[in-house]
Parts: sequence; C-alpha cells; structure tokens
Amino acid sequence: MSQNTRLSMTSSLHDTRYARRTSVVERNLNKTRSAEVGLSAFAFLFSEMLQYTQKRVQGIQDLERKLNDFGYRVGTRFLELITWREKNNRREISVLDILYFIHTTVWKALFGKQADSLEKSTENNDEYMISDNEPIISKFISVPKDLASLNCGAFLAGIVEAILDGSQFPARVTSHTLPIEGYPLRTTILIKLDAEVLLREEQIK
Amino acid sequence: MIFSVYIINKAGGLIYQKDFNEGLAKLTSNEYLVLAGTFHSVHAITSKISPVRNVTSTGLEVLEADTFKLCCYQTLTGTKFLIIADPNHPNIDNVLHRAYDIYSDYVMKNPFYAPEMPIRSELFDLNLAKLIKSVGG
Repeated sequence: MSQNTRLSMTSSLHDTRYARRTSVVERNLNKTRSAEVGLSAFAFLFSEMLQYTQKRVQGIQDLERKLNDFGYRVGTRFLELITWREKNNRREISVLDILYFIHTTVWKALFGKQADSLEKSTENNDEYMISDNEPIISKFISVPKDLASLNCGAFLAGIVEAILDGSQFPARVTSHTLPIEGYPLRTTILIKLDAEVLLREEQIK
Repeated sequence: MIFSVYIINKAGGLIYQKDFNEGLAKLTSNEYLVLAGTFHSVHAITSKISPVRNVTSTGLEVLEADTFKLCCYQTLTGTKFLIIADPNHPNIDNVLHRAYDIYSDYVMKNPFYAPEMPIRSELFDLNLAKLIKSVGG
C-alpha cells in the first residue's frame, strides 16, 4: 500500500514537470545548455525533409534550391535569436567580421563547434569559403550514384545566406563537397558577395 | 574470424550480404536469396515449436556446425541480422548489436534509403567494414 502511494506520488510529480516542459513558447530563450536537440531526432527530421522535397522537384538543381529555401527560413529566425543571445549590442559592418561571426559564433550555436576554416578565394575578390571537415548535417547521408552531384549542405548554405542577407550583406551562397585526405565528407560553403557590398566596404575604408 | 554478414527484412528478403574473408565459396545471387528465404522460414518455424508453454520464443539464435557458427539477432521490427563466423569466435552477440547500431545510423537515417529494400549505402559499408576489422576480421 505504502509503496503504491509512493509510486503515484512520483508519477504525479513527474507529470507536473512534464506539463511545465511542454510549451516551447514559455521556455527561456536564453537557455541553450540543456535545450540541445538530439542528433538522431534532427537526422530523422532532415531525412524526412529531403524525402518530402525529392518527391516535389525535378532534377538535382531544383532540389538544392528547395533545400536552400528551407535553410533560408531557418537562418532568418536564427539570426534574430543568436544576436539576442549574444547580447553584445554589436552590429557587424565589415565583411570579415560578419564572416568570422558565422564561422565561430553561428557554427558553435548550430553544431557545438567552430567551422574548420575561413578562406578568401584567390581567384575572385568577392568570394569567401567556410569549410567544415565533418558536417553534422550529412553525417548519416550516403548520396546514391545517380544523384552524385547533390550536396545536402545546400540547407546549410541557405542558413548562411539568410544570415548574411539579414545583416545587410546580400550574397549568393552555395555548397560543395571538396574531400581532402582523411575527411571524405568535407563540405565547403562558397559565399559570393554582391557587388554593392564590396563597393560599400571600399567607402567605409 | 567473421566470414559474412546477412541482413534479412521482415518479409524474408535478403537486403544485404557481404563476405569479409577471402576464400569463401561464392554462390549465385539467386542462391543467396534462397538461403535468406529458407533461413527466414526455419526461423519462423523454430519460434512456433518452443516446448515451453505460454512463452513467445524468439526463434533460432545460434546454429553451430563443425566449420562455422551462425548467429541471428532479430530486431523489434522483424529485421534479422545474421553473422556467420568461426566456431570459436568469442562474442558475436556484441558484434550483432553493433552492426544493428550502424544499420540504424547509416541506413535508417539516410534519406535515400527505401525501407525493406536492398541496402546501398556507402557509409554503411564503410562503417560495417570498420567494425568487422576492429573485432578481428
């Protein structure tokens, strides 16, 4: 009997805690540590998103564009959240600063680690590259041979594009797989800034 | 030493087969399918003829022969993992479970995999080969 009451007590305790946790809206925006999402949960959701998209597009380019759109929607919201969380009342105005912000702060908030490199293209003045040796987004994805040119990082490229757009650095962002020794999945996000951004950069100097 | 790994879907179709050691006699692809189908049926029969009453049997788990040992692990969804190994191999159950882990990561989370269909996934191949190598081929 006593055991029974104890059992029901613990379960009701558990219930209230559960009820309190149900609402996403009431959760503290600033709480990041214990609010991380399981990688498996994300992997299944992303997998479903890809399957959904695949049924509604023609061709690989179309699919990548759609993924980019999905990422864009995430990015616009994410920029808002992350600038609020950082609380340094700072607005990046130079190209390098905003790219560094993406390379470190954004990557850390999204994946728990910094991106592996941030480079400037040697050929074109308006192109920058952010690379990730082991992109978490495509950790479990094996692209079949008939879709070999598809890069699932297009989603990530969309996020980056939205962040740049939202910070007034309009750019075209694409994603490419460029494997190097030991990192077969290494993905590079190629950022091609609009001419007006470079023009403004010149004026600020 | 582990000779080969088979994965059979819940309908008895062979969805993955790979040999991990040289010198095994090859069968034709049709024979592999027959083998998988036969095992599936035998497994179904063995799970029905358990002498203990009111207990649902999990069916055939180990088959030992002079030259090899076959271990089977059936997941909750009815997919069967088979490993054919050396008769003295110490811990095949552990290898089976880890193979299931790899399967759930690199096959089930892959958006290009259709459930119950043959497995063609680069990362799955890669990680399974790594696992088999780590337990001594």
